[in-house]
Amino acid sequence: MSALLEIAGLKRHFGGLWATNGVDLTIERGEIHALIGPNGAGKTTLIHLISGALRPDAGRIVFAGADIAHHDMHERVALGITRSYQITQIFPHLPALENVRLAVQSRRRDWGSSFRMCRPASADFRMIEEAEEWLGRVGLAEAAGQIAADLAHGQQRALELAMALATRPQLLLLDEPMAGMGPEESAHMAALIASLKGEQTVLLVEHDMDIVFRLADRISVLVAGRVIISDSPDIVRNHPDVRRAYLGDEIQ
Amino acid sequence: MSKTRTTSFVEAAVLIAAILLPFLLQALGEEFYIGFATRLLIFALAATSLNFIVGYGGMVAFGHAAFFGGGAYVVAFLMQAGIVSAWITWPLAMFVAVGAALAIGALSLRTRGVYFIMITLAFAQMIYYSVISLQSAGGDDGLPLEQRSTLVPFDLANDTTLYWVALVALVICLIALKRLSHSRYGRALAGLRQNEQRMEALGYPVDRLKLACFVIGAGVAGLAGALLANQNGLASPTQLYWTQSGMLLVMVILGGVGQRYGGVLGAIALLGLEEALGLMTEYAHLYIGLALLAVVLFAPRGLAGLAGLRRG
Repeated sequence: MSALLEIAGLKRHFGGLWATNGVDLTIERGEIHALIGPNGAGKTTLIHLISGALRPDAGRIVFAGADIAHHDMHERVALGITRSYQITQIFPHLPALENVRLAVQSRRRDWGSSFRMCRPASADFRMIEEAEEWLGRVGLAEAAGQIAADLAHGQQRALELAMALATRPQLLLLDEPMAGMGPEESAHMAALIASLKGEQTVLLVEHDMDIVFRLADRISVLVAGRVIISDSPDIVRNHPDVRRAYLGDEIQ
Repeated sequence: MSKTRTTSFVEAAVLIAAILLPFLLQALGEEFYIGFATRLLIFALAATSLNFIVGYGGMVAFGHAAFFGGGAYVVAFLMQAGIVSAWITWPLAMFVAVGAALAIGALSLRTRGVYFIMITLAFAQMIYYSVISLQSAGGDDGLPLEQRSTLVPFDLANDTTLYWVALVALVICLIALKRLSHSRYGRALAGLRQNEQRMEALGYPVDRLKLACFVIGAGVAGLAGALLANQNGLASPTQLYWTQSGMLLVMVILGGVGQRYGGVLGAIALLGLEEALGLMTEYAHLYIGLALLAVVLFAPRGLAGLAGLRRG
């Protein structure tokens, strides 16, 4: 394995608060890497910094060999970093299929630029076929024609995952993909993420410790804007600093 | 008949009626109204171009008069310089509007929402005050055109010809709008309207997509301005003033934001009401205000929505 993402000395403050206070983090190609930490530790801020929604005040974000700390978000997507959001972000009034097709259209610039104004987008069957494949991958093949807003919450989260996957990222950032889900929906999402293992590099922010310790190849623990440990689940589980800072008595 | 076939049938019928309208007016001896109908078409074109920015691009721009009036002034200026051919001056009017929109848009699109409204308004007012302070632009009086532009082989001096030319421009614009809304670009705009953040996260260059929309709308407004200068025989400062931007926005809202025929229906409704009520009462604008209020409250998709016309 080799490093896909290397973060060094990353800092970002909001007023007097250093939400990210010197983060060092390495993500290996092909791993599912979980990011855990107590509320307010700066997990979502870190996702924002890696995806380009926020710019760091200091530090480096080296992705596939290039420092991207100051790239725009859409440039990072083109390089291969795609994120999902804690709160569902879809196109509510478009059919599920069109939601994913837009993701395919964005990636497949070789099939036609998004500034092309004449030919109907629906005339390009390749985009539709690929979008259907991704919908099938997340179990939404039947829902292709449904308006996204009419889907159940769990289906919307799955749709969002399909959209992110359809951009074919080298690194997929998942910010609490199970937020607001019932046990059944969570299990489905966990199975989907597990199915990515080995083929997709994932950085996963998640609160459900059972799922994190089951899915992750490595786990990083973020406390007060710093990564205090980054290691295999077994070592993280038993590390005294982690138990004190975060896990408490939750895991015995 | 299916809904789409009904729609195409109505479209064809309206188009034929529009083509034949001058003959009807001549037969009735009401040639005066050919000029009025031409005004309707030109404002329909301008309102459609604004609707593209507001309704398709999701940007509430309050400075459309800059491009609409700008197009008129380009034609008038060039005529003073001795260039009368529409084949040269009208594309130049569009070109100047596009250039101005590139500059204004690139700066304004850093802002969102109410700030975008205010900054586009501010730019348009800057242009207005610059132009009226220019002696060579005729100041408050505007710039009269000595004659209409020439459009060889057509005779624009003939009112009916100018009417048909405006009709052709509007029809081409509406067909292009339909094609565009189904294209990759049109689908991307649909995504932008619903969730800009998501589009960015999917890798779309959001600002450039919006700038393209803003610039296209401005270019079409420039052409509408060139046509209006010919219809009025004058490039007038009121065409650059913020009330003109407001009037075009009212047309868009009346007709239906983001509806393909929203601009057309809004222009016909507003100018038609002004004309009809103006003959009957001094308080025309009061009634127009009430009509606007009713549409906003009870028909959020405008007259196009009421008529059952669909987007795209």
